[in-house]
Amino acid sequence: MRFVAMVRATRASEAGEMPSEKLLTEMTRFNEELVKAGVMLAGEGLHPSRSGARVRYEGDRRTVIDGPFTETKELIAGFWVLQLSSLEEAIEWMKRAPNPFEDGASEIEIRRVFEAEDFGDAFTPEARELEAQQRARLGDPR
Amino acid sequence: MTATDIHRTIEAVWRMESPRLIAGLARIVRDVGVAEELAQDALVTALEQWPQTGVPRNPGAWLMTTAKHRAIDQMRRHALHRRKEGELTREIEDQLEQSVGDPDAMLDNPVGDDLLSLIFTACHPVLSTEARVALTLRLLGGLTTSEIARAFLVPEPTVAQRIVRAKRTLSEAQVPFEVPRGDELAMRLASVLEVVYLIFNEGYAATSGSDWMRPALCEEAMRLGRVLAGLAPSEAEVHGLVALMEIQASRTAARQGPHGEPILLGEQNRGRWDQLLIQRGLAALQRAEALGGSERPYTLQAAIAACHARARTVEATDWPRIAALYDTLARRLPSPVVALNRAVAHAQAFGPEVGLGLVDALRDEPLLRHYHLLPSVRGDLLGKLGRHSEAREEFERAASLTRNLRERELLLQRAAASSAA
Repeated sequence: MRFVAMVRATRASEAGEMPSEKLLTEMTRFNEELVKAGVMLAGEGLHPSRSGARVRYEGDRRTVIDGPFTETKELIAGFWVLQLSSLEEAIEWMKRAPNPFEDGASEIEIRRVFEAEDFGDAFTPEARELEAQQRARLGDPR
Repeated sequence: MTATDIHRTIEAVWRMESPRLIAGLARIVRDVGVAEELAQDALVTALEQWPQTGVPRNPGAWLMTTAKHRAIDQMRRHALHRRKEGELTREIEDQLEQSVGDPDAMLDNPVGDDLLSLIFTACHPVLSTEARVALTLRLLGGLTTSEIARAFLVPEPTVAQRIVRAKRTLSEAQVPFEVPRGDELAMRLASVLEVVYLIFNEGYAATSGSDWMRPALCEEAMRLGRVLAGLAPSEAEVHGLVALMEIQASRTAARQGPHGEPILLGEQNRGRWDQLLIQRGLAALQRAEALGGSERPYTLQAAIAACHARARTVEATDWPRIAALYDTLARRLPSPVVALNRAVAHAQAFGPEVGLGLVDALRDEPLLRHYHLLPSVRGDLLGKLGRHSEAREEFERAASLTRNLRERELLLQRAAASSAA
């Protein structure tokens, strides 16, 4: 099964402060451990929300809201995609990660990724088809 | 934390730490079976103590220290035995005592040779294939006997016995705990890759079970493959195998219809292919090819899988390239099944007549005599050439050869369609 471990944004990350060399080294070492154990599928850091945008949906209406966004604690600053056999394993791994923001408090949230079989019967062939078309567009790298 | 939570945490820690733990111990005690028992003892101690004390900050080091104290105790208790065995035992005891102060160093020797030695030992040719698979899952995957039994749909005592016997065989054959060198390396690596791919296929081939252990086997094989790629980064075929598994696994969600019926590659909804795994697979393939693997079996199979993965539609498939890859594969890994696949690829690339010629050349192949795909492919090609009554006969023959009910229905439908044409 797959998990996404999301690093919550902080005031520092939103201000665009780059991690120190020490933290970068520690983070690289931690990522190496994940790779060596064969469990890391992907991992990325995100730019502050000021260089992002939101699309808001209301019925058929679409409104675009440019960043930055204020509710810092609900923003994401980076993530890992991990292939593991249980939530507990994800927790144990993340306990070993360096504090993503050296001084002060920060949080990593772990969530399980849905897989097709999780939807069971509610995932009708039609829904599958639609989702598939979406995926095809999303996944197209060109 | 409740007791159940603690147990689940210990289970997770075990999965993460046990391979390095067993590997580190095996280097010192020079016996994989003994090392595993020591590690298991440490696990039992953890199960007793952690619910009270909480999970230690560095659980891997805790387990290692506990296992080593246990080893020293045992050696002292068997002092009599030691006198007989002489120097080797004393040397082992010295090493144990010296290393007690530094459990981390034991878990992490810099080049990862211990872990690699453990993989090579678990996949040693002195063991039967089944034993290699069971031992690998147990020692490298941290799976319990009951999990392995569930995954392979065999009774638990069978697996337990397999593992006990395997450990005994290794001990009796005095298989050294080491990474093979020189000429031996290639042969031994082939055995390791075979075991990993067997584990993958066991999970992948199952279309029936909704049992979570089956996909878990695929994931475990992929994880092992990635671990190997890290430990032996210069071995082209390791990357080739990783590429093959990642690309095949990318199709998991598309391979089955809503009622569990298998969906063939050509009819799969490519939108359901996992792009993350495809990208990872293509990257691994590139590494394999850069290391000179282009003509080696796993890399070739990965390259064929990659041709499909790159094609946005069936029509966009680069069949001439697939046909050329099969030509090489048939030379490097001659087998009737590869030859049949090669015929299909040539039919797609150069027309049904060309394909039929290659299929016909296989008709007397004894290994394919009862293989339903031979008449099924032949029927398909004959149909495309407008030779419908011959096609019908082939589909009927194929239907009589398959044991899969759903497949039989499909083949009989095709036979009926041929007579109508």
